[in-house]
Amino acid sequence: MRYLPLTPADRAEMLGVIGAASVDDLFVDVPEEARLSGPIEGLPMHASEMAVERHMTALAAKNLSAGSAPFFLGAGAYRHHVPASVDHLIQRGEFLTAYTPYQPEIAQGTLQVLFEFQTQVARLLGTDIANASMYDGSTACWEAILMAARVTRKGRAVLSGGLHPHYGEVVRTMAKFTGDEIVSLGTDLTAEPDDAAVIGAIDDKTSCVVVQYPDVLGRIPDLAAIAEAIHAKGGLLVAVVTEPVALGLIEAPGALGADIVVGEGQSLGVGLQFGGPYLGLLGCREKFVRQMPGRLCGETVDAEGKRGFVLTLSTREQHIRREKATSNICTNSGLCALAFSIHLTLLGGEGLAQLAAVNHAKAQALVERLTRIPGVELLNHAYFNEATLILPRDAREVVRELAERGVLGGVSLSRLFPVADGLDKALLVAATETVTDEDIETFATELEALLVGVPA
Amino acid sequence: MSTVNAAGWKPTMGDVGGDAGGEAGAEGGAPLKTASGDYGLMLEEALIFELGAKDKCGVDFDEADRAPAAGLSKFLRKSVPDLPGLTEPEAVRHYTRLSRQNYAIDLGPFPLGSCTMKHNPRLNESMARLPGFADVHPMQPQTTVQGALEVIEQLANWLITLTGMASVAMSPKAGAHGELCGLLCIRAALDARGETRDVVLVPESAHGTNPATAAFAGFKVQSIPATPDGRVDVAALKEKLGPNVAGVMITNPNTCGLFESELKTIADAVHAAGGYVYCDGANFNAIVGKVRPGDLGVDAMHINLHKTFSTPHGGGGPGAGPVVLSQALAPFAPLPFVTRGADGMIHLVEEENRGEGHSQAFGRMVAFHGQMGMFTRALTYILSHGADGLRQVAEDAVLNANYVLRACEDVLPAPFAQSGPCMHEALFSDAGLADGISTLDIAKGLIDEGFHPMTVYFPLVVKGAMLVEPTETESKAGLDRFIGSLRSLAERAKAGDQSLHSAPHFAPRRRLDETQAARKPVLVWQG
Repeated sequence: MRYLPLTPADRAEMLGVIGAASVDDLFVDVPEEARLSGPIEGLPMHASEMAVERHMTALAAKNLSAGSAPFFLGAGAYRHHVPASVDHLIQRGEFLTAYTPYQPEIAQGTLQVLFEFQTQVARLLGTDIANASMYDGSTACWEAILMAARVTRKGRAVLSGGLHPHYGEVVRTMAKFTGDEIVSLGTDLTAEPDDAAVIGAIDDKTSCVVVQYPDVLGRIPDLAAIAEAIHAKGGLLVAVVTEPVALGLIEAPGALGADIVVGEGQSLGVGLQFGGPYLGLLGCREKFVRQMPGRLCGETVDAEGKRGFVLTLSTREQHIRREKATSNICTNSGLCALAFSIHLTLLGGEGLAQLAAVNHAKAQALVERLTRIPGVELLNHAYFNEATLILPRDAREVVRELAERGVLGGVSLSRLFPVADGLDKALLVAATETVTDEDIETFATELEALLVGVPA
Repeated sequence: MSTVNAAGWKPTMGDVGGDAGGEAGAEGGAPLKTASGDYGLMLEEALIFELGAKDKCGVDFDEADRAPAAGLSKFLRKSVPDLPGLTEPEAVRHYTRLSRQNYAIDLGPFPLGSCTMKHNPRLNESMARLPGFADVHPMQPQTTVQGALEVIEQLANWLITLTGMASVAMSPKAGAHGELCGLLCIRAALDARGETRDVVLVPESAHGTNPATAAFAGFKVQSIPATPDGRVDVAALKEKLGPNVAGVMITNPNTCGLFESELKTIADAVHAAGGYVYCDGANFNAIVGKVRPGDLGVDAMHINLHKTFSTPHGGGGPGAGPVVLSQALAPFAPLPFVTRGADGMIHLVEEENRGEGHSQAFGRMVAFHGQMGMFTRALTYILSHGADGLRQVAEDAVLNANYVLRACEDVLPAPFAQSGPCMHEALFSDAGLADGISTLDIAKGLIDEGFHPMTVYFPLVVKGAMLVEPTETESKAGLDRFIGSLRSLAERAKAGDQSLHSAPHFAPRRRLDETQAARKPVLVWQG
């Protein structure tokens, strides 16, 4: 077996040192009746690298990859071009095969990256500080709600109807067990986001309002107005960013008064990967630092006075604090954070702004072209790289039929919101820098063909 | 091995003073200092904030061919984000230089007990990067992702079969997230029975995530003591059982490196008292293919794909924590999951079709379908090893750990060495070292020897614990080198070699001031 270095002679010699007659003697503490006498039946035996490669490649070939079709999906996961150097660098064994940097003297590479990552995230989100990553945007969102409850000592969170429905489901699932009160606003097909409803739902007991920016329909809420309203009642604004590239063009949530900003970092460096692993971002005001979940990397000096980095404030964390920890998170998304950080370093501030401008321009081109089709209308007043279109027929069927025609044409709102009414004809479409004019034209041609004869 | 510091090794860099990393001069004079601050291949690296500029860029773009839409005007940023950029050659150099300040499993043994740092096969990396896996969107029409769903189905089948359980929830993102999933299944099962049990029993030796997870899931935690031989005190556990106990969380093999041979007895008692058994599967790598947790009465167990099935740790993540479930808990598994329909197609069960026989699902834990990138790597690893290879993995991991235990127990106290063979990790303590020399000094001494230290000060039930997990991917020659170094350090520590206090001497950094870091936290670069 190519991954197992011990030879039969090694094993025999080692058993001699141990004083055991056989390897089975080392498993004597396993009750005999439960011990398996040989390989579990019904499972295949070991296979060569070539054979495994053949098996996996055949499975991969059954999928229609985003790069092989005109592709317009978003809804919380975005297809961006990741520079080749990003993937090469994260595959350096010193990054890929290192553990959590608990021994800082020999983990300064990982630690400095985390310190740089935290600074980049804080600057991008417009917050004072940021942590070293969470699992994904949805779990970061729930952690932010818990954090807001600790900070404000209140337990009622208001979720905007513009929050990604899967994020809402994660929050409601967790809250069922913790007893936090969650007020979920409905999602309506309006040109403007539900800022007024969010503000109207705030009361004295509200710990936070959770507002996605841009929201799941691509609309852009007025965070400053919401921040003012929630602050007046002693609560916090939790802003959720599922497309961080947007922050190259629109103002950072922290600069608009958001107290905690969480996000999905997948757009930068990470890739689609059918939904994971992704990268939870979490930034906040500095005064909340001791209520933050997750790992934090901090600057310090070594015994010779040289600058160095360590994991710090671990008295918040499970391995020290156990049942009193701010979160149970241990393993996070370290390598995805590295990919994010490298991609953002390759972009720089100007590059990110330019990337965002290209994304917005592509989305405008897409929306302009598709709304020239009779019966197709744009919902949004404002959007970044993703917008909601209203079709003259059921959008979910259209998506299915588009796929049969080789076009991955967005996400229907009825797939995203299966239990809500009145969203059947709404289609969420996204365009990033990876979309070409030909892709847009193909999408438009195929969509038009599917809508022929449908009364607008 | 028996002579203390036979090589006459002594630290030099620690004695020379000054703030540079230079060696003392050949004649014992002032330390050599370079103009650059680098020393040969020991390279320092500045921060991107010191190297870059926000108008530097390593990506070429087409210009945006139109101005922002009018509707966006009131939302536009007032200035470009203050983020430093680097061109590609500068960025490649920055991260490559940083990487060289890391220890890694690719460089040598990484014997962190409970963390399972084994070799990461590169085939797994290349398979995960096939565009059919890496470049598919989680919300694509299911007809276009049948291969991805089949990966989930095949991996699920392996996990269920290897553990002898009824079902598996694939979406949890890491071990602690899997623990949460398992406990929420228990909460949901209790709710379905109309019971409100609010206590979870957790042994003292448990990973910190266990009590943290129980609290996160809304339970109260009660601790169970260990017996002198390092196992759960079954009598004490039984005494605590009652109508308010929802279940127990037991790690098996436990964090002392021992198999909990009474697990079936414990499970029977817990079940008789109306509770459920959660098993922390962090150490499943020791028993995979040798025993199935389902045969021991376990109701839920997470499997760290990044431990047992060798998806890379990546400097702290990502992981993946699927949870296998017994028949009793299977109906409560969270959404989404995959099923194969009569038409031969694989379907995702999500919120909209949960009514079709899955109405008891407790909810959703993640935005999409879990750690697909980890699933492809783990399935590749599993197929490479097969049922026979996985069994060999457990046997070699246990053999390697016992070899380390028996090769060092005469120089380092091994608290449970008399309890029989260990499983995949060997536990030592710092009892008997010279006054003032501790586990931390041994750990830092290992760094100078060119090894990553073992897990230190865990489990908490042993004072000054040192938990060594070699894994099955270390050769005998590699283990012998490690054992030689560990024995040498133990001898030096017993002899009171004070140079251990200032170790490491040969790492990119000397001991770091963690107190200062925590007292006045500097978490972002301040210029």
